Amino acid sequence: MTEKITMAHGSGGRSGADLMEKVFAKHFSNEVLDRMEDAAVLDISGRAAVSTDSFVVTPHFFKGGDIGKLAVCGTANDLAMMGAVPKYITCGFILEEGLAIEELERIAASMAKAAEDAGVRIVAGDTKVVEGKGGLYINTTGIGIIPEGRNAGAAGCKEGDAIILSGTLGDHHACILSARMGMENDIKSDCAFLGHAVEKIYAAGAEVHAMRDVTRGGLGTILNELAEASGVDMELEESSLPVRPEVRGLCGILGLEPLYMGNEGKMIAVVPEKDAEKALTALKETPEGRDAAIIGRVTGKGEGEVIMNTPLGGSRIVDMLYGEGLPRIC
Amino acid sequence: MCVAIPGKVISLEGSRATVDFEGSCVKVNTGLVEPKVGDYVLVHAGCAIEVMGREKAEEIIGLFKELEALDI
Amino acid sequence: MRDIKEIIGYLRAYDGPELKFMEVCGTHTAAIFKSGIRSLISPKIHLISGPGCPVCVTPTAYIDRLLEYGRRENHVICSFGDMLKVPGSGCSLSEAKGEGVNVRMIYSPPDVADMAEKERDKTFVMAAVGFETTAPAYALMLKEAKGRGIDNIRLVTALKRVIPALSWICENEEGIDGFICPGHVSTIIGSDIYAPLAERYKKPFVVAGFEAEHLLAAIYDLVRCAEKGEARADNLYTSGVRSEGNLKALALIDEYFETGDAVWRGLGRIPESGYYLREEFAGFDGGSRGLDSDSELPEACRCADVIVGRISPDMCPMFGNACRPETPYGPCMVSAEGACGIWFRNSKGTGKQI
Repeated sequence: MTEKITMAHGSGGRSGADLMEKVFAKHFSNEVLDRMEDAAVLDISGRAAVSTDSFVVTPHFFKGGDIGKLAVCGTANDLAMMGAVPKYITCGFILEEGLAIEELERIAASMAKAAEDAGVRIVAGDTKVVEGKGGLYINTTGIGIIPEGRNAGAAGCKEGDAIILSGTLGDHHACILSARMGMENDIKSDCAFLGHAVEKIYAAGAEVHAMRDVTRGGLGTILNELAEASGVDMELEESSLPVRPEVRGLCGILGLEPLYMGNEGKMIAVVPEKDAEKALTALKETPEGRDAAIIGRVTGKGEGEVIMNTPLGGSRIVDMLYGEGLPRIC
Repeated sequence: MCVAIPGKVISLEGSRATVDFEGSCVKVNTGLVEPKVGDYVLVHAGCAIEVMGREKAEEIIGLFKELEALDI
Repeated sequence: MRDIKEIIGYLRAYDGPELKFMEVCGTHTAAIFKSGIRSLISPKIHLISGPGCPVCVTPTAYIDRLLEYGRRENHVICSFGDMLKVPGSGCSLSEAKGEGVNVRMIYSPPDVADMAEKERDKTFVMAAVGFETTAPAYALMLKEAKGRGIDNIRLVTALKRVIPALSWICENEEGIDGFICPGHVSTIIGSDIYAPLAERYKKPFVVAGFEAEHLLAAIYDLVRCAEKGEARADNLYTSGVRSEGNLKALALIDEYFETGDAVWRGLGRIPESGYYLREEFAGFDGGSRGLDSDSELPEACRCADVIVGRISPDMCPMFGNACRPETPYGPCMVSAEGACGIWFRNSKGTGKQI
């Protein structure tokens, strides 16, 4: 029989130590973590960015990723969106009784790989076990260093800026929905670390006014957030929004809008018009940004209105998502 | 009121069809229609409700023919 | 008219008498907003939303009945995503989930027969809402259940028929110059059925598809009819709608359901406007008749007027103030296809349209 998590694994006794050794120490090993002190001691200088996020997705494994990869990339991306270079990450696991240890190990291995790819070290961790049915929840906190001269923030959008989207909309959300609703397709989650793409944009010499990863709530929601924070209005061209045909097909079946579906490896960069082509070219050279496109612009000061120009020449206001974006049939 | 979109029948098995919506394939109940493989069907709530008279690409061209025929 | 540009040009330049057309179907309303059609046509052409959102016209007693089942041991409520957020007199299905009520979001009714066959120890209660388009899907589910000897399924139905509601509106509401008829309901009931309405009420009825081009063509047809004083019933969605409808689907509806009076929020009791399970299938019925009572909406709520197009959503004093998508009072704000929810989302809560 496969070995399962029991309450004993969270007791702090022998079983807990075993789990630590066999799963976490094995995969996450690095010089800071290996000291096994009560707290990690880090050498940091300059401006630091800190972000925390919790990950609860089911199923734990999906096409293109798993909850572990998501937990590392999600937090590292939040740091990268502030122009920071992610350095360290901590992770807290809440495990439910009945979770297969083999499953946990696969997730830990995936986190280790994602951390390596993103250039971050996992420097602290914690595990608790609760009653339940084999669930798993991960909280990660990340620390990144912001190099001199970078100043990206939600409030930085200015009149005339170009809005660049790094790739196709809705892939992660569509992948998870397909798995939950038993739909057959090749839709993969786009779960990926965006920091390398961000570095490319800066390396190309582009000034960046604002960045945001397109996660929960989708593009519609995050653009409203940026527009409101910056006190500007924006204009988008519907025909320039990249969406994979199979994602569009799934959205059609379920009555959903790609504009409000979450991604886990896409970002918006708001850059001055003069740097737009530079930033776009740089993004397109990265695997995460090969479908990047300029999707609109900041029209001027305003109350945070986002206008969508439709292919037939009409226009409409794009609001943020309310509620959960449930499939609708009737 | 009723979301329904056209998809292409790729296989048939009893009263079920596998229907392709631009790459997303769904098993669809065909108890209300009699489609052939290759037909486009209109699907609502997992049930094919009609075999489409023309392909999606021809839809808008057909629309203008209809308008013309109405002589308005 | 040779192409869509000419049609848009015509509709934009229209400067005749003010015209008011009703799109009956909520999916049409959503498509009209999504493609920005209002911004393309003359301000003299008014598009008003009709009662074609099943969530919006279903009284609260219906949700309460579902929850009554949900709180029993071993009962599973099966619902489309649309209904989960709709408040009953106490709470919504989604909130009840938090109390431990077993609610499953489904995509297709026949799937429920498969679930019920696999889990015989549970009773599956289907929230069977919808119009003529969805009714055959429930009939297919019952056919499967009957054929495979599955008896642990109950339907709580709130199934509505469009034609009696359209007649009611024509009898009771002034000033509507024509109707955009629901495309996918018409797939089932056919386009011929609108001809007697057109003749009787001297108004044009046009069946439309769901692309922006379909809707613009339908509006153009309605404007031309109004200008020429014609009351025609046209079908501009022939790829998906036959003149006689889907006879197989209609026969199946008739096999399992009979018509009866139904209460529509905002419209009241309309004769023959509902479908109910026939007596011989009463064993599958979860008590669907008489679910007419509606918990009191606040006095200022104008949902009832919005549903029949008497006012536009922004004319309701609660719109965007107390009543918002995150704190909806009326059903028109709850549903993704409700007129208020659509107006709100497309005006950022201000009610202002581009």
